[in-house]
Amino acid sequence: MSTTELETTPRELSETEQARLALYQQVVRLRTFEERAYRLFMEGLVKGTSHLSLGMEAIAAGFGEAMRSDDYTFCTYRGHAHTLARGTPMAGVMGELLGRASGVCGGKGGSMHLTSVEHGVMGSYAIIGAHLPIANGAAWSAQARGSGQVAVCFFGDGTTNIGAFHEALNLAKVWMLPVVFVCENNLYMEYTAIGDVTAVEHPAADRASAYGLDSIIVDGNDPDAVYEVATTALERARTGGGPSLIEAKTYRHGGHSRADPGQYRPDEEVAAWLERDPMPTYRARLLRDGIDEALLTDIEQRAQAEIDAATEAARAAPPPELQAAYTNLWADGGSSWRN
Amino acid sequence: MAELITYRDAVARALAQELRHDPSVYFIGEDVAAAGGVFKATKGLLEEFGPTRVRDTPISEEAILGAAMGAAMTGLRPVAEIMFSDFLATCWDLVAVEIPKARYMTDGQVSMPLVIRTANGGGLRFGAQHSQAVENWAMAIPGLKVVAPSNPRDVIGLLAAAIRDPDPVVFFEQKSLYPTKGEVPDGEIVDELGVAATLRPGSDVTIVALASMVPRAVAAAEELDGVGISAEVIDLRSLVPLDTATVVASVQRTSRMVTVEENPRLCGWGAEIVSIVGEECFWHLDGPLTRVTTPHIPLPSVDTLEDEFLPSVSRIVEAVQKVVQ
Repeated sequence: MSTTELETTPRELSETEQARLALYQQVVRLRTFEERAYRLFMEGLVKGTSHLSLGMEAIAAGFGEAMRSDDYTFCTYRGHAHTLARGTPMAGVMGELLGRASGVCGGKGGSMHLTSVEHGVMGSYAIIGAHLPIANGAAWSAQARGSGQVAVCFFGDGTTNIGAFHEALNLAKVWMLPVVFVCENNLYMEYTAIGDVTAVEHPAADRASAYGLDSIIVDGNDPDAVYEVATTALERARTGGGPSLIEAKTYRHGGHSRADPGQYRPDEEVAAWLERDPMPTYRARLLRDGIDEALLTDIEQRAQAEIDAATEAARAAPPPELQAAYTNLWADGGSSWRN
Repeated sequence: MAELITYRDAVARALAQELRHDPSVYFIGEDVAAAGGVFKATKGLLEEFGPTRVRDTPISEEAILGAAMGAAMTGLRPVAEIMFSDFLATCWDLVAVEIPKARYMTDGQVSMPLVIRTANGGGLRFGAQHSQAVENWAMAIPGLKVVAPSNPRDVIGLLAAAIRDPDPVVFFEQKSLYPTKGEVPDGEIVDELGVAATLRPGSDVTIVALASMVPRAVAAAEELDGVGISAEVIDLRSLVPLDTATVVASVQRTSRMVTVEENPRLCGWGAEIVSIVGEECFWHLDGPLTRVTTPHIPLPSVDTLEDEFLPSVSRIVEAVQKVVQ
């Protein structure tokens, strides 16, 4: 079937094709956002630091598409992609990066603490390992309330060497919590190769058996594979089968954070992983499988329009009022500690 | 009607009251369910409420507080026990960096209605790693409420208030007080956080105390009566929110103040009270604002040294006499 034929007589897409297009759309949106965020950092519009998911978008996309709208996401300071993948509008996320009152946290969170509870994004946590036990808590609550919700917790390979990782996995299994732990293994804990500081080859998967869990490794650059493994783990959690630990192999295109050019990585390694960039590889696969290129181009154009509008809205928004610093420490909206 | 019960039994009664009152209250911790707590302060709860709502955990303090935090953010009102307050250091990230900051950083998107109960302070010869009074650690963290009852009645009223509070509360139970008894009225008791109690009126000096230091302050005031010094005793009951109005009004009348703290000297809560009173009562003062504290040392294990260095009735009496002379 040629592209010309499709354009003239568009055929109805199967459910699977629609799902795969949705996956591609997520990958493209996340890529587009992160590229823009990088540019705005370089322009000095975003202060502080940033940790981009460039190259790692397939994991957020696969899980974002597989999760139920009321499931919980817990992510790290590398959380732009996971926040967006749950449906948080780009304008609110970009507003937060730019420190505007229009940001999802009113400018008080920043790049490392993106949260959008109405989209199930229960926070981006900037202390390594902290959010694994917290995700357990949301899963425990879902279990207690019988809500059928699942908590999904994303973290990096470096997290597997901190105590909270092990405490959380043990409790999750003992209490059979509806939680899915997803290790985004991008091969480097900050500036150090994970293999140099870890006792086992697969930092998450090789630890799974210690907690009575299956050892699961997935190609984190393959949206289809991630979606499939996510669907299985979510279903297992939702039906009382307890927690899962998934190790998704991936690679960051850039350094750890804004300050890091990532020069400690061998050129040939970077080149090999760029070959496996999830966006062009998935695009090529969809074309090969008969998806009309016009549909893909349309997705790409819409993502550009979305990021342009979000950037414009964020730039135009005012910074928070000074008074905002004294609000929302307590449930009464204020921060008073004395009478 | 009222009955005489121990501080220890008051903890279990308060938890039972709140577990009955609100089905979203859950209670977790190490050895809290089947064993009834290492201090036997949670006896009978598993039997009444079952293993879903009263649940034993592994020795994993981060997992315990993480579970409480995630549950509080998603609709439960968890109470988590950290067996000894010294162990807060093993989960300090949750206590100081996660739980108190989540509402603020998300600009009010998440609520944190949870209580961390913990056995605090010395007096039981447990040695330096199981005896420190650390209420001042918690007080230093914006976003935490800090409560420390001095008697069985307040254990119930304040623990109930802490559980019903929409914000995170660290609830310090003074472990040397567990066997002490006090009168407790029948029926449900729920107090308000941030209200100090004036236990004894006086005109010459205000003694401000907390938790285990309260009975000692009262005993000192009684002794001082014998030498013609009239001491007012205030039980702060909570450090955050802090009832400065009661303290300031009292010192404006008595013109002198002595604080009595179990925590070690540097940056103890008394320093904050002295600072506030110094600024706001300066022109009313007739004597130096004075602190009685545990010295700035870890608490030694042996009974003779522990007794010597925790603030005693005689040290309080001595300090007051020096201020009033």
